[in-house]
Amino acid sequence: MYRSMWFIVRRLFYSLFLLLGVSVLSFVFLQFAPGNFFDEMRLSPQISRQTIADLHRQYGMDKPLPVRYFSWLQSVAKGDWGVSFAYNAPVAPLILERSANTLLLTGTATLLSWTIALPAGILCAVARRRQPWIDHAADLLTTLLLVTPDLLLALGVLWIALHTRWLHAGGMLSAELPDENLWGHLKDLASHLIGPLIVLVVGSLPVLLRHVRAAMLDALDLPCIQAVQAHGISHPRILFRHALPGAAAPLISLFGFSLGSLLSASLLVEVVMNWPGLGPLLLEAILARDFYVVIAAVMFSALFLVGGMLLADVLLFFLDPRIRTEGIA
Amino acid sequence: MHPSSEFVLEARCLSKTYTQGRWWQRKFHCRALDNVSLALRPGRTLALVGASGSGKTTLAMCIVGLENPDVGEILLNGMSLRSLNKSAQMPARREIQLIFQDSAGALNPRMSAIHIVEEPLLIHGQCSRVERLEFALTMMEQVGISSNWMDRLPHEFSGGQRQRLAIARALVLKPRVLILDEVFVGLDLSIQGQIANLLLDLQQTAGLSYICISHNLAIAGQIADTIAVMDQGRIVVHSSTEEFFNRWQHFNTTSLSSAPVRSAMGAHSGV
Repeated sequence: MYRSMWFIVRRLFYSLFLLLGVSVLSFVFLQFAPGNFFDEMRLSPQISRQTIADLHRQYGMDKPLPVRYFSWLQSVAKGDWGVSFAYNAPVAPLILERSANTLLLTGTATLLSWTIALPAGILCAVARRRQPWIDHAADLLTTLLLVTPDLLLALGVLWIALHTRWLHAGGMLSAELPDENLWGHLKDLASHLIGPLIVLVVGSLPVLLRHVRAAMLDALDLPCIQAVQAHGISHPRILFRHALPGAAAPLISLFGFSLGSLLSASLLVEVVMNWPGLGPLLLEAILARDFYVVIAAVMFSALFLVGGMLLADVLLFFLDPRIRTEGIA
Repeated sequence: MHPSSEFVLEARCLSKTYTQGRWWQRKFHCRALDNVSLALRPGRTLALVGASGSGKTTLAMCIVGLENPDVGEILLNGMSLRSLNKSAQMPARREIQLIFQDSAGALNPRMSAIHIVEEPLLIHGQCSRVERLEFALTMMEQVGISSNWMDRLPHEFSGGQRQRLAIARALVLKPRVLILDEVFVGLDLSIQGQIANLLLDLQQTAGLSYICISHNLAIAGQIADTIAVMDQGRIVVHSSTEEFFNRWQHFNTTSLSSAPVRSAMGAHSGV
């Protein structure tokens, strides 16, 4: 127990350093990007130079980068994450509200993709020997889906939505709710969710399915599986007691990664399908050079990625007795 | 069952061809077994020697049922395994157990020693949990692994200990035939000797028959009564150990018709 606690604490410590590094790099890169939020104001004759200079000073943009970085760190500690120039408000509430929408979408999509990919991948791996056509069909289908860009999928779903009226084309809630109670609310939300959900699931499914299949095939090829087969051990038990735990390690790493990309997986799809998540906010912020909003969005994504990886490492640590006894760094 | 059967295990005219290449590629046929027959008497040891790729392991796989031969049949106590249906095959399969080349790989790294040894019992299920554990423990003790180590994982054992563990797992079902696929590879001489002595002891106490697959003639000659040499899927020499070594000397000096044996032995210079 002591050992595992130490392992987690050490990992947390490394993650903190990683996040600091990411924040420094984003500050530096954004600083080098040409233009800033106030440049566009200069074009307008109604805004005097004096006003722009005052705004510059008010937001602290006249100070050197290290000073701004440290005052940003202070604001992070306070929970504000800097100030948005466009909204003239602390960044954190903005980001949090949009993140919740994004997480609703990507969380459902990730859950759905995994629940489909796991059994389907296992089926492909197991069927390879006896009914190879299942595997071939899945191979063809996943290849087709892999080469289809998400953008095309999104446009396709939008087209279907517009022509058939089965789905809502964009948005998250209807302007006037058909029903005021909670159930009607949820139904409305779900009917908006389906479109982007389809795009995300279809986009991520082939990758997951292929990984599950490959991991399972590797595990089924292990000598210890052959050995238990020779001892006459039943097929389901071989599959679930021996092969699946053997295949789990790469899959858990992948799962950590897909948790980590929860915030960033749907950016493009959100913009195209008009889902009020982090995607449109980030796009606007980048176009307007809304410095702290971009940084906060990047940092939140990084936070999720690091968190996902950490979770995967901890799960692996508890799952694999070899890592546990050797105690990796 | 024919209790009068002279042989505990008999393979008749086994052939197996592997085909490689997909439908758009040219097919490549590899004849791994070509009309192989052999017979094993109770309490005896047959050494199966030959260069790599000569079909030794394929033969072992066919005998334990991991591969299906294209042609031929396998008889256990004079009864064909192919004629049995699946449920009747289960008890028959218990009688033949295989110990693999690579003991480190053949043990599931996530299972403790005791669970590895008791697992076959669980499947062929005929006793309670307590009985299973007790039986597995006695088996471990019998192959020389202390019961204090029952909760250890395979990677915490040495190579020789892992080999013993694999032997215990095979023995726990009380088989009559044990196929040893290169069990001496990767062990140093003293451990090889220990394992060989253990196997000989077990043979005397439990009346086991062994098929010992090896490319090491020295150790094969030590524990086997009969030696069969395989080359390109066929058994080219099949004789008693004594006769074999006499003839081998002869082959060595005349070097006339020794080509198959030579090539079967490869560059092996141990004898």
